[in-house]
Amino acid sequence: MGGGLSMCLAIPALVVRRIEAEEALIDAGGIEKRVSLVLVPEAAAGDYVVVHAGYAISRLDPDEALRTLALFAEMQRDTPEAEAAA
Amino acid sequence: MRHLDEYRDGALARVLAHKIAGAAQARPQYRLMEFCGGHTHAISRYGIVDLLPANVNMIHGPGCPVCVLPTGRIDNAIELAAQQPLTLCTYADTLRVPASGRSSLMQAKARGADIRMVYSVADALRLAQEHPARETVFFAIGFETTAPSTAQAIRAAERLQLKNFSVFCNHVLTPPAMAEILGAPRAPGAGAAGIDGVVGPGHVSCIIGSRPYEPVAEQYRRPVVIAGFEPLDLMQTVLMLLRQINQNRYQVENEYTRAVTHAGNVRAQELMAQVFELRDSFEWRGLGEIAHSAYRLRPGYGRFDAERRYGIAYRRAAENKACECGAILRGSKQPGDCRVFGTGCTPEHPLGACMVSSEGACAAHYSYGRFRETATAAAAA
Repeated sequence: MGGGLSMCLAIPALVVRRIEAEEALIDAGGIEKRVSLVLVPEAAAGDYVVVHAGYAISRLDPDEALRTLALFAEMQRDTPEAEAAA
Repeated sequence: MRHLDEYRDGALARVLAHKIAGAAQARPQYRLMEFCGGHTHAISRYGIVDLLPANVNMIHGPGCPVCVLPTGRIDNAIELAAQQPLTLCTYADTLRVPASGRSSLMQAKARGADIRMVYSVADALRLAQEHPARETVFFAIGFETTAPSTAQAIRAAERLQLKNFSVFCNHVLTPPAMAEILGAPRAPGAGAAGIDGVVGPGHVSCIIGSRPYEPVAEQYRRPVVIAGFEPLDLMQTVLMLLRQINQNRYQVENEYTRAVTHAGNVRAQELMAQVFELRDSFEWRGLGEIAHSAYRLRPGYGRFDAERRYGIAYRRAAENKACECGAILRGSKQPGDCRVFGTGCTPEHPLGACMVSSEGACAAHYSYGRFRETATAAAAA
């Protein structure tokens, strides 16, 4: 368990393929690992999941991610003056 | 989309910093607590504090699993591993947490106890299956993030009819600890953190959702914004908190919508509810006894409960007097305020739990933050 895979310091992991019924091979920043999908049974190959101590705990929702990124992009277009009135 | 680089854009971070600076003009000071140790680490690592105005202070919270586990629980685990012919499995950081009498699980292992570090509770379960004649105990620690996997392992052990697997359950719960900190008296000198808003934990919230924070925000009239772990997530969360504070709002908002929903991971919650029940009270390092703040196994799973099986009795133990972990976990002191920080206490030789895990406030400050302070002091000289 290196620093990057310490308990709470999860990075998003790509589901490479499902292995058994409740396990999958994931790629977390180039590190491949077997994790349990028992808590996120709906995750499929190509999905990103949050992995914590060997278990996927959440499937990242790409639509929500796009919404958050769109919010950032919008902010970049805003004028700083608009903020003072907020 | 890798869900990483998109949230690390420097130009966008500066735009957010500009907006935060604008929003921070409304009040003389903003004290925000990041509850989760993962956030403490990210804030230190990415130098978020350098992008914030001087009147926006980030206070480290207690959300580091090994930090809040009191010495007496580590003492229990050492006694168990030393006195019983069994294999004790736990997460790596737990091995280095200082116990009474300058001991630790690592030292007990060096003295011959069979103690193994595992990446996941599934590894402990596998060990029990592979060695049916040997009893295996999983020393379970952590918040709601790891509790579901422990529950799942216990259910699997039941299904497999394992007779040699049990769990020493020390899982703790986030909302009661958050309430405890926000409810602390604000009088000066009383050691109160005086928190204006909370950066809500990301991974715990993947499991429990954003809903359980609503009564806490309402009761203590403090905003909570659940955050992701990338720099832009944290900057955006600070801005959302400042806006709520400026508008005298105290709602639960969710910045980390790509991973966290209102209801959370229902399957994980069901597993926890099937296997665990609330303890009347549990001692936290730094925060003391908090009612209904931890899990134990339900009587129906008693045969998998190491506390029953081995008659483990909890005894409160004194913490190292030189260590300020307690005050740091309450948010009333910063790592640099501790006189053994970086001298007697380092990540290689931790005296206190906050220096052990990379999520611990002292370890994060030692790895990243102290260099900024040194640079600031040099510039001022």
